[in-house]
Amino acid sequence: MNEMTWTDYLPVLWEGAWVTIQLTFWSTIFGALLSFAAGLGKLSSNRALRWLSVAYIEVFRGTSLLVQLFWLYFALPLVGEAIGVNLRLPPVVAGILALSLNIGAYGAEVVRGAVQAVARSQYEAAKALNCTRRQTLFRIALPQAIPEMMPPFDNLAIQNLKDTALVSLISLADLAMRAEQLRNYTQDSPTIYTLVILMYFGMALVLTALMRLLARGVGRWRPAGR
Amino acid sequence: MTEPIIRFEKVVKRFGDVTVLDGLDFTVAPGEKVTIIGPSGSGKSTILRILMTLEDISDGVVWVGDEPLWHEKAADGTLKPASEAHLHRMRTRLGMVFQSFNLFPHMTVLRNITEAPVHVLKVGKAEARERAMGLLDMVGLTEHADKFPYQLSGGQQQRVAIARALAMRPDILLFDEPTSALDPELVGEVQEVIRKLAEEHDLTMLLVTHEMRFAREISDRVCFIDAGAIREEGAPEELFTAPTEERTQDFLRAVLDDG
Ligand SMILES: Nc1ncnc2c1ncn2[C@@H]1O[C@H](COP(=O)(O)OP(=O)(O)OP(=O)(O)O)[C@@H](O)[C@H]1O
Ligand SMILES: [Mg+2]
Repeated sequence: MNEMTWTDYLPVLWEGAWVTIQLTFWSTIFGALLSFAAGLGKLSSNRALRWLSVAYIEVFRGTSLLVQLFWLYFALPLVGEAIGVNLRLPPVVAGILALSLNIGAYGAEVVRGAVQAVARSQYEAAKALNCTRRQTLFRIALPQAIPEMMPPFDNLAIQNLKDTALVSLISLADLAMRAEQLRNYTQDSPTIYTLVILMYFGMALVLTALMRLLARGVGRWRPAGR
Repeated sequence: MTEPIIRFEKVVKRFGDVTVLDGLDFTVAPGEKVTIIGPSGSGKSTILRILMTLEDISDGVVWVGDEPLWHEKAADGTLKPASEAHLHRMRTRLGMVFQSFNLFPHMTVLRNITEAPVHVLKVGKAEARERAMGLLDMVGLTEHADKFPYQLSGGQQQRVAIARALAMRPDILLFDEPTSALDPELVGEVQEVIRKLAEEHDLTMLLVTHEMRFAREISDRVCFIDAGAIREEGAPEELFTAPTEERTQDFLRAVLDDG
């Protein structure tokens, strides 16, 4: 059985890659939702909402993803036990949750920054037309801010893809985990890790292409070349 | 005499330590077309911005019709600072055209005009659209209804901005140097639209401009402001040909030499 060639690695690695893709997909989606919730929350006129958003952003930007992951997977169940609630999360849920919360904290700053960067004259025009605060935010400011968020969001999504490798540490069989298993079995590190690098790189390319498509979709009103 | 539609009563406006309006008294009659002229930094834009509620006041009272703009009448008759609800109600009477147009870049020309009527005034979509097309016809831009602002020239954008302000049916329309950001060859088309408005509508118009010839053509009254107060006002023929104040004479000499 030690006669495996690189083509034999592929099905195993592909299985792991599929897990990585799903982790990336869901945590990017949930992370984006959290980004908007906390980013707009930080700009809210409601003090409680503002405070909650700031606390979330600072906690999750200020601690490492690895610790967040371990905390959700290993510590949370014990906390649950102490208060009599079952908070034992399946690895995939803990993984997606940690990744989403982490990316959401960084994304929130992107959302806040982009909304604040909308020209003051746009807010004044909205006021002169008697738009409410809410209408101004959702109908005037956000549609202009979203295209500005796309390049940093692209970076965050790529970052997220790379970060998924950490979930192998809570026994999720993602690409990194499969690679490690194969290596233990065959000792063929060069081939395996070259394949793994190529696969991560390929996924990053696809992700960037998707983000470009999305960026074009939300920025249709802008002059070409911007 | 009819009740004024705008009345500034000893209005003071400070930015930090700088006093921009220093006890300004100023009235405008309904339907009147008034131009404000004066040197840079004299407070012209500030007057319009206070009326559009973009800038609050430090002291005094601004009246729009028989209601205070920046105050509400309390039960005992005294004035207290206005709530957002009061400001929202007062703003329905006013509209503004900005020097830099400030169209919404992510909306087509038509949406720029229908957006506020539909979502603020709750006018039906079809009705808002029909009215917007009428306004676009008035400013000569019907064939550009589906374009985005970046596809238009500055003059065209400003004409859309005028249509957008009119779509809210204000009683008072404020123009802050509407042609100053335009290339010289585009100034005429925008002035033409404003002139037509002035001639054909009973809209109250308050215009800040450096175009003295234009001010002369369209205004019922011209006010010269310097250092936060009105120094001289009168019918354009009088003020432009026979100013009595020395400051006015100096200012007019300077700008007319330029032009
Ligand atoms: N937000 C602000 N903060 C501080 N100072 C301000 C602010 N807005 C205006 N000013 C100051 O108030 C003064 C009057 O400004 P305003 O814009 O009303 O002048 P203006 O007559 O419209 O001048 P211009 O012809 O240059 O447009 C200026 O000295 C300006 O620097
Ligand atoms: Mg000005």
